Amino acid sequence: MKITREEVLRVAELAHLSLSDSEVTKFQGQLDSILSYIDKLKELDLSGVQPMAQALEANTRPEAALRDDVVCVSDVSRAVLDQAPEAKAPYFRVPKVIER
Amino acid sequence: MSAVRKWTVPSIRAALEAKTISAREIATEFYSRIEKRNPELNAYLTLSPERAYAQADRIDTMRAKGTRLPPLAGVPVAIKDVISTRGICTTCASRILENYVPPYDATAVERLEAAGAVILGKTNCDEFAMGSSNENSAFGPVHNPVDLARVPGGSSGGSAAAVAAGLAVGALGTDTGGSIRQPGALCGIPAMMPTYGRVSRYGLIAFASSLDRIGPFASTVSDVASLLGVISGNDPRDSTSASAPVPNLLEGIGKTVKGMRIGLPAEYFGEGMDTEVRSNVEKGIQTLESLGCRPVNLRMPHTDYAIATYYILANAEASSNLARFDGVRYGMRVPESSLAEMYRETRGKGFGPEVKRRIMLGTYVLSSGYYDAYYLRAQKVRSLIRSDFNAAFEKVDVLVTPTSSAPAFLLGERIDDPLSMYLSDIYTVTGSLAGVPAISIPCGMTSKRLPVGLQIFGPPFAEERILQLAHALERALGAEQA
Repeated sequence: MKITREEVLRVAELAHLSLSDSEVTKFQGQLDSILSYIDKLKELDLSGVQPMAQALEANTRPEAALRDDVVCVSDVSRAVLDQAPEAKAPYFRVPKVIER
Repeated sequence: MSAVRKWTVPSIRAALEAKTISAREIATEFYSRIEKRNPELNAYLTLSPERAYAQADRIDTMRAKGTRLPPLAGVPVAIKDVISTRGICTTCASRILENYVPPYDATAVERLEAAGAVILGKTNCDEFAMGSSNENSAFGPVHNPVDLARVPGGSSGGSAAAVAAGLAVGALGTDTGGSIRQPGALCGIPAMMPTYGRVSRYGLIAFASSLDRIGPFASTVSDVASLLGVISGNDPRDSTSASAPVPNLLEGIGKTVKGMRIGLPAEYFGEGMDTEVRSNVEKGIQTLESLGCRPVNLRMPHTDYAIATYYILANAEASSNLARFDGVRYGMRVPESSLAEMYRETRGKGFGPEVKRRIMLGTYVLSSGYYDAYYLRAQKVRSLIRSDFNAAFEKVDVLVTPTSSAPAFLLGERIDDPLSMYLSDIYTVTGSLAGVPAISIPCGMTSKRLPVGLQIFGPPFAEERILQLAHALERALGAEQA
């Protein structure tokens, strides 16, 4: 197996996902076959190849150059807080995190 | 599904100018079609009649005053539910955003409306645009209007089905690995993914930011060009938006394609393709030759590595982008006594199985100790895949391939095997990784009367050339059928 049950649980913890026992079993099998498949990238010799992070080659294509970073007014806090499951302006409310 | 009148951008304009119909009457006609057909198709998730009729009335007032009508005046359009619409519920077809109402419009939506389009509503899709069959929607699958037992493709299945069934004249979808082109092919309509950066992603709820693109569906290539022309162009609110000028995309339409060099990459015509897809696409290529195009056989040697590369990069980005759905700022919250439990339970209950699977895979490949082996390696292979395209475009003007290896499959047929579902994206993910534009256009039917799609890739920012060739083929194939 490419991935153990413990690793599945560890990844779920990193991703803040609660999974049922049956989901853990199912994902272990499915992730195993997907990870085995993507191992095919190991066939390639990648020495000297630069990683590609951006489709537009921002450095070489002038039409893809980034805009200037300019401060502007944004007045949406009210509308944003209206969408929150729990809020008390100007804050979002969450369960207590810090014990005194 | 025939009986309904086929409206297009030019026919709506002509009817409005001749005053044979008003924009309000057109909107009313489309809502009555939707009422009739949507229960069996499940293409629309939310309708927005208030906003649509207000816009239609604005158009009718302009017309009454004799003001020059904007380019898409009165054209009814549908918007995929991953694209933000002010005041209209935007769910990403997910329980976690079931009641989310964005406080702003995506740039593409804003531009469509400024050009006179009438937004009818929001279309169903795979949850967070993750899927190739539309079966991953939390609100039930979309049915293909060509055959209700079959999938419409995905992830933009609702947008494709709505246009194919005549429930909208145009629609916006999003394409990360094939999610515009493949449903376009499976539903039998033209569908285009523009160059990365051509259309602003502002207001698009992100799946994989380095791959996501917004693009149009319509029933004719000319209408695809009209819609794309309106939504294209630089937007300072999207830092990856290109500043390249937008030419008149309708300019090439109707012009000769004689002498155009069409590349046929061997890797796109290998094993694993349905025989009737192959025969129809080959017939399409012969038609292009009869129009004077010059076929050039070539190779794109890294094609076979595209799926593995794509599923590493797209899911790594997804695991990061979807971290924002934690029950704090918007969407669903499962109340728990601790913050960590609230995160875990909200995400565990709010996301469906495919989204969880992809977050898991993405988190795994980015986790400590695996980054170099998976993510960095995939970014390097992505460079090689782009080099394949760069090398090809030194020899040819466009590339012609099938869009999907098979026509529309049956609902439920592939849902239990995620890997085989992923592998079906082989002809589309390459162009997604390379950042190049592509269109899928209808190219014949199988013996079961299922549409086949032909895909045309062009170099970055060569949408005009792609549309020119697509239109020439559309016209030639239409003439052959007639």
